Amino acid sequence: MAEEGIMMRMKPAQPVLPDHALGLEITGMTKRFGAFTALEEVSIRVAPGSLHALLGENGAGKSTLVKCIVGFHPPDSGQIQVDGHEQAIRSPHDAHSLGIGMVYQHFTLVPSMTVAENLVMSRGDVPAVLDWSKERARLAAFMDTVPFRVPLDRPVSQLAVGEKQKVEILKQLYLQRRFMILDEPTSVLTPAEADEVLGMVKGLARAGQVTVLMITHKFREVTGFADEVSVLRRGRLAGSGRVAALTPAQMAGMMVGERELPQGRSQDDDAVQASLPRAQGTDAAPRLVLNELVVESDIGQPAVNRVSLAVRPGEILGIAGVSGNGQRELVQALVGQRAPRSGEIRVDGTPYRATRAEMRRHRVYSLPEEPLRNACVPRMSVAENMAFRNFDLAPLASGFWLRRGAMLAQAARWIGEFGVKTRGPGAAIGTLSGGNVQRAVLARELSWPVSVLIVANPVFGLDFAAVAEIHARILAARAAGAAVLLVSEDLDELLELSDRLVVISEGRLVHETATASADIDVIGRCMAGHGAEHQEEPA
Amino acid sequence: MTDLGWWGVPLGVLGGALRVSTPFLFVSLGECITEKSGRINLGLEGIMVMGAMAGYAVSLASGNPWLGVLAAGFAGLALGLLHGLICNLARVNDIAVGIGLMLFGTGFAFFLGKPYIQPKAPNLPAFSLGGWSELPQVQAALQVSPLLLIGIALAFALAWALCNTRWGLVLRMVGDSSDAARAMGYNVNLVRTLATAAGGLLAGVGGSFLSLYYPGSWTEGLSSGQGLMAVALVIFARWNPVYCFYAALMFGGAGSLGPALQSVGITSGYYLYNAAPYVLTLAIMLATCSPTRTLAGAPGELSIVR
Repeated sequence: MAEEGIMMRMKPAQPVLPDHALGLEITGMTKRFGAFTALEEVSIRVAPGSLHALLGENGAGKSTLVKCIVGFHPPDSGQIQVDGHEQAIRSPHDAHSLGIGMVYQHFTLVPSMTVAENLVMSRGDVPAVLDWSKERARLAAFMDTVPFRVPLDRPVSQLAVGEKQKVEILKQLYLQRRFMILDEPTSVLTPAEADEVLGMVKGLARAGQVTVLMITHKFREVTGFADEVSVLRRGRLAGSGRVAALTPAQMAGMMVGERELPQGRSQDDDAVQASLPRAQGTDAAPRLVLNELVVESDIGQPAVNRVSLAVRPGEILGIAGVSGNGQRELVQALVGQRAPRSGEIRVDGTPYRATRAEMRRHRVYSLPEEPLRNACVPRMSVAENMAFRNFDLAPLASGFWLRRGAMLAQAARWIGEFGVKTRGPGAAIGTLSGGNVQRAVLARELSWPVSVLIVANPVFGLDFAAVAEIHARILAARAAGAAVLLVSEDLDELLELSDRLVVISEGRLVHETATASADIDVIGRCMAGHGAEHQEEPA
Repeated sequence: MTDLGWWGVPLGVLGGALRVSTPFLFVSLGECITEKSGRINLGLEGIMVMGAMAGYAVSLASGNPWLGVLAAGFAGLALGLLHGLICNLARVNDIAVGIGLMLFGTGFAFFLGKPYIQPKAPNLPAFSLGGWSELPQVQAALQVSPLLLIGIALAFALAWALCNTRWGLVLRMVGDSSDAARAMGYNVNLVRTLATAAGGLLAGVGGSFLSLYYPGSWTEGLSSGQGLMAVALVIFARWNPVYCFYAALMFGGAGSLGPALQSVGITSGYYLYNAAPYVLTLAIMLATCSPTRTLAGAPGELSIVR
C-alpha cells in the first residue's frame, strides 16, 4: 500500500528525458523468489547506441533480468548504472523518468481502449481534459515518422497479435524512450515484418537515438542485427561478446551448456526418418475435410470465409498467413471453442462438431496456440491438466470415482518422458514456464494413437531446444499416420515441417502449393496480398 | 376532469418513466463508475436505502430537502468508501463484500429510521413540463424533479468524461487492465476506492429521491430491489452512461405499467404487471446476450467477466 502510494502520480512532474541513447551497466545483479534463485551475480554492459541481444533458454532468467532493470522486481543485490551514474530503479516510474522503457512479452495495452487512447495515455503528462483534435494532429505527425501503420481508432482488443506488438513498439517510440528493452519482439511478426522492424530499430540505434536490449531466441536476428550478445543460463551469465566475433554454434553452446538433452529425444530418429521425403501417391481418403467453412469473429464478421481443404493421413498441411487473417477463428472452430456459422467439418467422412465423444471416437487432438490460455486451467495442477483427456476413463476413473493415485502416476510418468520442469505433479500449471506448459500439453495430446492433430503456433516464444523437440514430436505423429493441420505464423517452420502449404488471407485460402515446389516470393505476395487493407482501417 | 380513456395508459407510463427512472438513473450511473474501475458493488441496494433514510431525516430536521439530498450523498459516499477500503485488502471478494454491505445498509437504515416513519418531511420541489396542456392529467404526468435533469446532465457529462478526460481514461485503464495501469504508475486500489465511493455517492442521492420525491416518504419497503436491478441495468446498458439513461427510462416506464393500467380500471393482473421491469430485464438479457460474442464494453477486470 505504502509503496503504491508513492507510485501514484495523478499529476506527474514532467521528467527531463535524455536526448541521446543511454548506456547501461548492470553489476552483480541477484534476484531470488523464495528459495529459487532466478538471477545470480549477473553483470552486463550495454554500450550507448548499440543493439544488444540477450539470449537464453526458457527460465534462464532473461525476463527477470529485464524486469529488474525496469523496476518491476526490485533486485536483492546489484547495481544499475545509467550513463555512468548509479541509479536506484524502484518502480517502472523511476525507469520511465530515466528514459528506460520496455516492450513486454505479455501485452500491456488496455484492450477496450483504442490505439490512439492507449498511446496518449501512455504519456505521463496527459492533461486533465484532452483536446483530441490536437492529440490527433500530434499522432498523425508522429505516425509519419514510423515505418508501419496501425489503425488508430480501433480498440486494441480487436487487433491481431502482430498488430498489438507493433503498437507496443510504437508506444516506446512515441514516448521517446532512449533505452528500449524488447522481449522477443518479432515472435509474432512475419519474417519480412521482423526484418523491417529490426532494421528500423537498428537504424535508430545507429543514429544514436536509442539503445536497445533485445531478448530473442532467433540466431538469425542476433547475427543479422545485434552488435553484442549476452547469454544467460540458469540465472547466470554464460558468456557475452561482439556478435561479429562469435558463431551461432558458440552461442548455442553457451545457451545449452553441458546439460543432457531432455528425454524424449529418442524419438529424434523417427523424426529424421519422417522428415525425409516420403513415398508420394498417398491415395488414402482424406481424414479431415473442411467444406465451405465460415466462422465469425468476435464482432460477428466472417473471419474464416468459405474455406475448403482436405488433410490426408500421414500428411502435414501447413496454413501460412499474417496473424489476424482468420487463423485463430479457424483453429477455435476445429477444436470446438467456436461454433462455425456455416459449412461443415468432416472427420473420417462423418460430420464433426468437436464434442468430447467425437474427439475420442475419431482421436482428434490439438495443440492450440497460447496453451496456458487455450488448453489448460492455470490454477489446476499439472497432474489435473494432464488428465483432461482421460480423467473420466479407466484407469483414472472407476465408475463415479476418480482415482487420484492413477492420475498422479500418469503425470509423473509423462513429466519424466516429456522433460517437463515442474516442482511436481501437484504444482499449478500456471506457475510453469511457457515451454514446460507446452510440454505438458504435448504429453496429454500425443501420448495416444493420434488420428487428426490440429496445431497452432506450437513454438511461439519457446527456446530452440524446445522448438526442435516439439517439431520432432509433430513429425513423429505424422510418421505414425496422423493427419496434421499446422497453422503457423512462422513461414520457416511451415516450410520445414509441412508437405503441402496453403496461404490464408482475409479468411480465404488464396494459394496452395506442395512445399517441395513452393515459391517463397509467391507465398509472400499471397500473404501480403490483402495485408495493406487490413492495416488501414477507416475511422 | 376529462376522462382520457385508454390514452391514460401511455401517459401513465410516460409519467412513470420520468418519475421512477430517476433513482435507477443515479444508481446505475454510480454502478457504471464503480464497474468501469473493475469492481462490482452489489451493496448499492443498502446504500440507496441508507441514503433514503439519511436524506429524509436531515430534510425533516433542517426543513430543507436539498440538505437532505446532500446528506444522502454523504451517507452513500461513506458506505461506498467502506466497500472500497474493504476490497483493497488482499483476497477479499467484491461481490461478497457487496452482499454484506447490502444487508448492513438496509438493516442499519431501518434501525436508525424507526422514528421517521410517522413524521412528514419537506419534499423536493417539482416543476411541470406539461404547462402547454389544459388537461390536469397531462400536467400531473409531466411533473419532473430537478434531480432527473441533474441525472441526465450527469449521464452525458460522464460519457464525455470517460473519453475526453484524464481521470476518465485512467478509470477505464484500471478497470480493463490493472497491469497496464500499474505499469503506468497508477495506484489501482486508490482509483477503485475512489470510484466505489463516487458510485456510493450517486446511489445515496438516488435513494434520497425515493424518500424525498417519489413515493416521498420513508418506509421500510421503499427500494424493493431497485439497487440490485441497477446492476443488471448497467450490464445491458453496456457500461455506457448514456445508455444507462435510456435503460433507466425503460425500467421506469415498465415499472409504472401496473399503476397506469389500474388507473383505467384494469386491476386483475396488478401484481403481474408490476413484475414488468423484471420480465423486461430477462427478455433483454436473452435478446442481447450471445454465446459467440463477448460482452462489448465489459471492463476486463470485472470478476464476472474474467
